[in-house]
Formats: sequence, structure tokens, C-alpha cells
Amino acid sequence: MEMFWFWTVAVVMALYAMLDGFDFGAGILHLFVAKTDAERRQVLAAIGPWWDGNEVWLLAGGGTLFLAFPKVLAAGFSGFYLAMFLVIWCLILRGISIEFRSHLGDGLWRAFWDGMFALASAAMPVLLGAALGNVVRGVPLDGSGFFNIPLFTHWDVTNPVGILDWYTVLMGVFVLAALSCHGALYLAWKTDGPVRDRSRAAALRLWVATVALALAATVATARVNPDIYARLPHAPLAWLGLALYAGGLLAAITGLRTGRDLLAFAGSSAFILGILAATAACLFPVMLRSTLDPAWSLTAYNASAGPYALKAGMRWWLAAFPLALGYFAWLGWVHRGKVEAGDYGH
Amino acid sequence: MDGLLFWHRLQFGFTATFHYLFPQLTMGLALVIVLLKGLALRTGEARYRDAARFWIRIFGLTFAVGVVTGIPLEFQFGTNWARFSRDAGGVVGQTLAMEGMFAFFLESTFLGLLVFGERKLGERLHALAALALFLGSWLSGYFIVATNAFMQHPVGHRIALDGSLHLADFSAFLFQRWAIVQYAHTMTGAVVTGAFVVAAVGAFWTLQGLHPVQARLNLRLGVVLGLAASLAAAFPTGDQQGKLVARHQPVALAAMEGRWQSGPYAEVNLIGQPDVKNQRLENPIPLPGILSFIAYGSFSSDVRGLDAFPQDQWPTNIELLYYGFHIMVGLGTLFIGLMGLAALLLWRGMLERTRPLLWALMLAFPFPFIANSAGWMVAELGRQPWLVFGLLRTADGTSHLVHPGQTIFTALGFAGLYLVLGLLYLFLVAREVAHGPAAQE
Repeated sequence: MEMFWFWTVAVVMALYAMLDGFDFGAGILHLFVAKTDAERRQVLAAIGPWWDGNEVWLLAGGGTLFLAFPKVLAAGFSGFYLAMFLVIWCLILRGISIEFRSHLGDGLWRAFWDGMFALASAAMPVLLGAALGNVVRGVPLDGSGFFNIPLFTHWDVTNPVGILDWYTVLMGVFVLAALSCHGALYLAWKTDGPVRDRSRAAALRLWVATVALALAATVATARVNPDIYARLPHAPLAWLGLALYAGGLLAAITGLRTGRDLLAFAGSSAFILGILAATAACLFPVMLRSTLDPAWSLTAYNASAGPYALKAGMRWWLAAFPLALGYFAWLGWVHRGKVEAGDYGH
Repeated sequence: MDGLLFWHRLQFGFTATFHYLFPQLTMGLALVIVLLKGLALRTGEARYRDAARFWIRIFGLTFAVGVVTGIPLEFQFGTNWARFSRDAGGVVGQTLAMEGMFAFFLESTFLGLLVFGERKLGERLHALAALALFLGSWLSGYFIVATNAFMQHPVGHRIALDGSLHLADFSAFLFQRWAIVQYAHTMTGAVVTGAFVVAAVGAFWTLQGLHPVQARLNLRLGVVLGLAASLAAAFPTGDQQGKLVARHQPVALAAMEGRWQSGPYAEVNLIGQPDVKNQRLENPIPLPGILSFIAYGSFSSDVRGLDAFPQDQWPTNIELLYYGFHIMVGLGTLFIGLMGLAALLLWRGMLERTRPLLWALMLAFPFPFIANSAGWMVAELGRQPWLVFGLLRTADGTSHLVHPGQTIFTALGFAGLYLVLGLLYLFLVAREVAHGPAAQE
């Protein structure tokens, strides 16, 4: 049961990264790949029907974590206090940017919200990458199951650590590149004309950066948390994740080279899901690693809600999840094909 | 109250109160839009479609602000109330997760289709999108109220050895009577807000002499719905809620009315200022027996005062609780009077010529927002000093390792951000209203 919920949380968070990831990427890139107001609206039309639903996966992931592992939510959210609010504020600014932009036709008004949208979209992947870095590196959880660390301290991975250090910043930059590439591939798939051409050109350069940073992150992770790789032989799911990771990167570049946009985007999606699945498989059952004493780490077994709650939750969750996927499939059907300019906005 | 607890409470109270200004309007407008789309489908008349289109624009704007201001609330359970999350998450995590899985996905899927999809979908599917938004937003409301109901009156749980709360009976928790009554009361409150806003826009256009067809339609719809919802907010929903509080939180009832001494023929005071230090109510204008009646259905019933309870179980802010209750009840009574009068004149065909009443309707729209906020203050201040009534004290639910330097930083951040957000929202809504019903496609 605990294993089911561990993987539920992992799958929902991976889906969140993959889905909101493409609209983060599109948000970052739209300043560069879309020059005119009509082109900007093309980008917004491509992500317009999706971004709100994509974001719901984060809330669903948070809710699922709350339901199944309240101690992890309590420790993590209060421990990363300031970073959590940076995430919240970025999500607020992104949401209102995309909504308020279309209400006035004025050029300055739109330029302001476009800039705000791009900034908030760029900050989110950095914060998510740093969050992943913190989970991998570990935090100074004490025997009471809590911790609280500042945004940064001495930028090193030894205690007293901060949320940002050389390793978590590296992870942030890596995720920034990966999701920018992901967004570019999405735009290449869903748009036409100059926006598609520029997105493809950007995706090619971002793919190279992503691969280089992925290698750097892999090497750095071995230094920060060697246990992860020690678990690799015993975690068959990790191998599946790694296969998706490598295969996805290959599919992305192949699709990009040959103009098969959907293949490229699917490859990039598989890469994101794969790397997160492999990480989760290597961490299992640890959810929040204590750097003070391994016995104080919060795991799927010592941090879960009661068995009755897990069972009751599983019953409705197994109905809700296909329903959510169904909405997305249906929305995809309604919005199939390339976007037409003027689809979104007044 | 130590500094850390104060800032945790202030930030949550501020962000929750600000947030709820928006969902109460979207939940009310969702009903209005469904009614209008239904009428449009049945009669085929363009005026209903046009009215729906206008309110969908306001709905979209309001919904967006509701969504972005709702995100912090979900996060703040963990960031600011970590020990509450640890100890009660095994129960309330269910409803919060259900809200995400059942309500948010439904809403986010259909929102874009409702706001931008009228031409693409056709009339029937577009009406279906409106219905989906209505269901999603009202479902979302239920999960939140059920969560709050557990904090007000915990049932369906057991207490584990380490003191944390575990779910023991899913349906007893999800469908407890408190949740159903509180939900009915909350939702009628939301419809009051929606109806008053619709009536205000109708009155505004009537006074201006603009858009006569739409002005009349909105005025009529707002007044009829407003009267029905104002009545339902008082009776049966408010009445039932009062009886639940009397039965399960008698100490909160005593504080709501500034009642220090127990006794029969308990009064409701129209006005007066509680003096907590000297344990009395200054300048009271009492209506004897009314509180006994509200609480127990008989004018002579004995209603316990605060003297019947140990002081460490008294609500921590009796003054604000008292004012919250009196503002809610006072405004609720005025709403019935105003909408009753307007409905009477509407029935006699005189409303559109009675300019003073149109002025009153136009200017009345902020007050349901105040009444709804005051109502939530009654619920949340009345629950003090508990986070989970009788089980977990508020002071024991905070994130104790977070320090005031962090909470004050984020509280100030929210103050600034929400000020700007509120101003922009008002500006954009005012623009839509000024543009009128047929301003844009």
C-alpha cells in the first residue's frame, strides 16, 4: 500500500513536470520565437487550453502527498518555507499574466504581461530543479521530523546547507534547459510558420545544452549522494526510467532533425518522465533524506497516514485518475492539430 | 499570543479572506450562467445568450484570480501549519486531494471551452461546459467545507498512539451533518453575492438608461435570485447552522453574543461593544429570548454564558467574533428587506421607475462580500483556541521551526501582491461593465 502511494505521488509529480514543463518552456521562449502580437497570440493559443489543467497536477500531487504522507508534506513545506512562497508567487504571476494580457489591446500593457509571464515561467523550472536537488541531496531533518533551512548559506552541499547551493543550482539550470527545450518542441509541434521555424532552431541548441547539463548533473549527483547509484542494481524500475531517459533524448533529436515534431515532443516527454522515474526508483523508500542521521529520514513506511486512510483513498483515487486522464484526452481531441491564430484571447 | 503564532494566523487569515472574495462570486455566477444558458436553450431568445456571454467574461476574470489566490491556501497547510498537517493530514488530506482530483481537473478542462469556445462548440455543448463549471466549482466548495467541518466538529477519526488523527470512517467524515449544513449555508451565501452583483449591474444600466433589454433582464434575475438566496441564507440554512453551533460549540455561541452569564430568556443584542476585561457588554440594545430561540427553538431556554466554561477554552478574540456575528446577521437581515422591497416593486412593475431603490441596489453589491467574510470569521474565530475543535490547539499546529522573520517577509509579500492584484481586477471588471453587454465577442 505504501509502495502504491509512493509511486502515485512520483507519477503525478512526473506528469506535472512533463505537462506544466511544456508551458513553462513556451512561456520562456515566446519572447524570442514570437515577435509580433499575432505570433504571441499563436503561442498563447497553443498553451491556452492546457496551462491551467497542467498546473492542477501540482495541486493533485500536493493533495496526494498530504493524503498519503502527511509527515513528508509537513516537514518539506515548512522546511523549504521561503522557496515554497517563491513558487507560489511565481504561479500567481504566471496565472494573472496570461489572463490579464488579453483584456487590453494596448501595446505597453501586453509587453508588460509578456515580460512578466516569461520571467515567472523561467523562475519555475529553476525552483523545481532546486527542489529536486534538495530531495536528492537531503536536508538536516532531526529526530522530531522537522527542519528549516534558509534560501542559501555557503553554497556548499555540507551542513549548514541552504536551499540553493552549487548542486541544487546546477539542477535548477539543468531543468531550465530541459523544460525550455521541451517547450520549444511543443511549440514546433503545435504552431506553423515563423514561430515553428524559430522554435525548431531554439530546440536544437537547447537539446545540446540539456544533454551537456544532464551529464554534469549525473556526475554531480554521484558526489552529493552516492547511495543513489549504489541502489541501481536493485531497482529494476530505475533501468526502465533510464531507458526512457536515453531513448527519449535520442527520439527528440531524431524527430527534430527529420521534421517529425510529434516524435520529438514525445521523446522529450519520455526523457522527463524517465529521469524522474529513475530518480524515484533509486530513492525508494526514502522520500526526504536526513543528512544528520539516516534513521531520521522520512520514508514511505514511517511517514504514511494510517492504513485505513490509504485504503479508502486508493478506492476513490483509482476512479479519479482515469477521469482526469480522460479530460486531458478529450481536450487534446478538441484542440487537435496546429493552432489557428486568434483561437485564444479576445 | 506569541509573535510567531500571530503572524501565521494573520497571513492565513488575510490570504484566505482575500481569496474567498473571488470564489463566492464565481460560485454564485456559475449558477446564474447555467440558468441563463438553460433559458437560452429553452426559449431560443438571444437576450439570454447575450447576458450569459457578459457574465462569462466576468466569470473568467474572477475565476482566474480565484485560482491563483487559492494556490497559497493549499500550500500554507504545509508551510505555516506543519504540525497540524502532520497530525490531521491523515484525515483532511482526503478531502483536499479529492478537491484537486475531482473538482480542479473538471474546472480547468471546461473553463477555456466556456470562455473561448462558444463558436467552436455550438450552443448545446457550450451550455454543457457551463454546467461542468458549475458542478466543478460547487464540488470544490463541498470538499473545502467538509475539511473545515472536520476542524469544527471532528468525526470519523481515531486518535493514534502518537497523538495524530487517523481516518476511521470515510463516509462519516465526508458526509457528516455539520458539513452538509455548513455547505448549504455557504453556498446560499455565494448565491447572495452573485445575485447582488447581477442586480447591481442591472440597476446601473437602468439608471444610466443604457442597454435597456440587458438592464431589465439582469435587474429581474438579480432581484428574484437575491430574494430567494437571502431568505435561504437565514432560514433554513443559517438557522440550522446556529443550532449546530449551540449544540457542539456552546462556548463559541456565548462569545458570539458577548454573553458572560448563563440564564434563560437569552437575548440577542442589536448593537453593543464587548468589554472583555470587565466581562460585560457595553451599550447593549437587547432583544430578550431571541438567542434562546435561535439556539434551541424556545424563548425561555437556558443558554450558557462564558462563565460556564473554563477560560482556557474561550475563543481568543471575543470582540472580533462578536462583531463578525453581528455584521453577518445584521447584513443578512438588511438583504432580505432590500430584496423583498425590490421584489415587491418588481411584481407591481414599478422597480425600474423607483430611482432611490435602484441606487440602493447598485451600491449594495459590496455588502454580501462583507457578510460572507464576516460569516467565515465567525466560523474560524469561534473555533479558537482550537485548530481541530477539542483535539488540537491552534498554538500546537504551527510550523514551529519557521521563524517570524520568514513569516513577516511572506505576509508583507502577500499584502503587496494582493493589493496590486485587487486593483487590477477592479479596473478590468469596471472596464467590462462600462463596455456593456455587447462590447466584445
